[in-house]
Amino acid sequence: MQLIDCPWCGPREEVEFHYGGQAHVDYPAKPAELTDEQWARFVFFRDNPKGPFAERWNHSVGCRRWFNAVRDTHTYQFLAVYKIGENRPEIPGART
Amino acid sequence: MTPPGADLPEHPDFLWRNPEPKRSYDVVIIGGGGHGLATAHYLAKNHGITNVAVLEKGWLAGGNMARNTTLIRSNYLWDESAAIYEHALKLWEGLEDDLGYPILFSQRGVLNLAHTEQDVRDSVRRVEANKLNGVDAEWLEPDDVAKICPILNVSEDIRYPVLGATYQPRAGIAKHDYVAWGFARRADEAGIDLIQDCEVLGFRTEGSQADGTARVTGVRTSRGDIACGQVALCAAGHTSTLLDELEVSTPLQSHPLQALVSELLEPVHPTIVMSNAVHVYVSQAHKGELVMGAGVDSYNGYGQRGAFHIIERQMAAAVELFPVFARAHLLRSWAGIVDTNPDASPIVGRTPYANVLVNAGWGTGGFKSTPGLGWCLAHTIATGELHPYIAPFSLDRFVTGALVDEHGAAGVAH
Repeated sequence: MQLIDCPWCGPREEVEFHYGGQAHVDYPAKPAELTDEQWARFVFFRDNPKGPFAERWNHSVGCRRWFNAVRDTHTYQFLAVYKIGENRPEIPGART
Repeated sequence: MTPPGADLPEHPDFLWRNPEPKRSYDVVIIGGGGHGLATAHYLAKNHGITNVAVLEKGWLAGGNMARNTTLIRSNYLWDESAAIYEHALKLWEGLEDDLGYPILFSQRGVLNLAHTEQDVRDSVRRVEANKLNGVDAEWLEPDDVAKICPILNVSEDIRYPVLGATYQPRAGIAKHDYVAWGFARRADEAGIDLIQDCEVLGFRTEGSQADGTARVTGVRTSRGDIACGQVALCAAGHTSTLLDELEVSTPLQSHPLQALVSELLEPVHPTIVMSNAVHVYVSQAHKGELVMGAGVDSYNGYGQRGAFHIIERQMAAAVELFPVFARAHLLRSWAGIVDTNPDASPIVGRTPYANVLVNAGWGTGGFKSTPGLGWCLAHTIATGELHPYIAPFSLDRFVTGALVDEHGAAGVAH
């Protein structure tokens, strides 16, 4: 188990958090105009890199707020945490 | 009584050649695990195609094939899944003869426990669906469950009482290493090159995805470039990283799935027990280890290890269901990397590259499907026609909406 640094609460144990998948997946600006292919991309298709990955976490048994993190999917190390709405920090080698 | 493990065969004095890669093959299979080796075997056996290389970045069958919990069953709910897994189970039943090699396939049956009224209804529904598909299945009340597995706690005063179970008597376990070695030996005997320590770094391509002319002309590997007629991607959890090189995106998400074994014990557990609700599944290996698995870790990961709190939860469930396990010592734990999809079913079939087939996303079902998938993928490579058993699992189902969705019958959450 590792400590995850909630941007509001500080470091807390991993069991307090809920994983939310890839971050920065924007809802379509004009949903009525999307093709089936484009809908499928929005709903189902996600990146799956081996390395730094921008993803969402929820501090579900703490402040219950969502935040973003860049985590290395090979080492599982958290490289950055940042609040929703903030820009993704520059991480060398990050694809997403 | 025969001591546990006495029926294990001696190690053979010959395994397989370790050839230098040729500069060109008709078929290149990427991934030397169970699926890649089975595909190679059936290419040779069923279709006489032997100008084939199986490329493995590590050692043969050292990835998920060496990390799974070896369960084999076909009691899936939906027709598409029942078809491919039952095809596989029938092949398992004759595989020892086919490979001329012991695989210790032991049809000891599987119990899938129900702990809530809704579990009971879903389970009975699945039993009836199984029967309609020619899959052996029964619904058992708690007393009958206890007759099959006497060490299981079926009392009413535990947190999640056992309200019954589905039972598939033909389900079983096999010795995973022996399965891989059996396939590898047969493929090698047929002249197929099994090339270890050969990592695929990228591809040589021609044409474009936009106008449908894209093809792969060769693979770039850590042991040089290899030209190829056709390519089959069988790299399990790492398939996404290969598809990234080809600029093909999929819904695949890779997660660690932890498993663990106890010290060696006398034979106490005669069958396989799985529980979705409290999330543990257990069988006893031929030598005597209790082999256990749980749900996947929630986050994406390639690290072949997981978080300890998953193990803690799994052990709590195991000890409640099997009080006799309370004094057993955990010997080791590990994780395989399961590639999962939103509908908990694999992606098998064509890609935007005319000569590249993908086989991935088996989640927790990869081992049990090994011979069935190998058979169908070999057919597809040899004939150019998707085998009917894999056709429902094409990548375009996420666009057409023809999703399969086997969460209902999968043993774990993924």
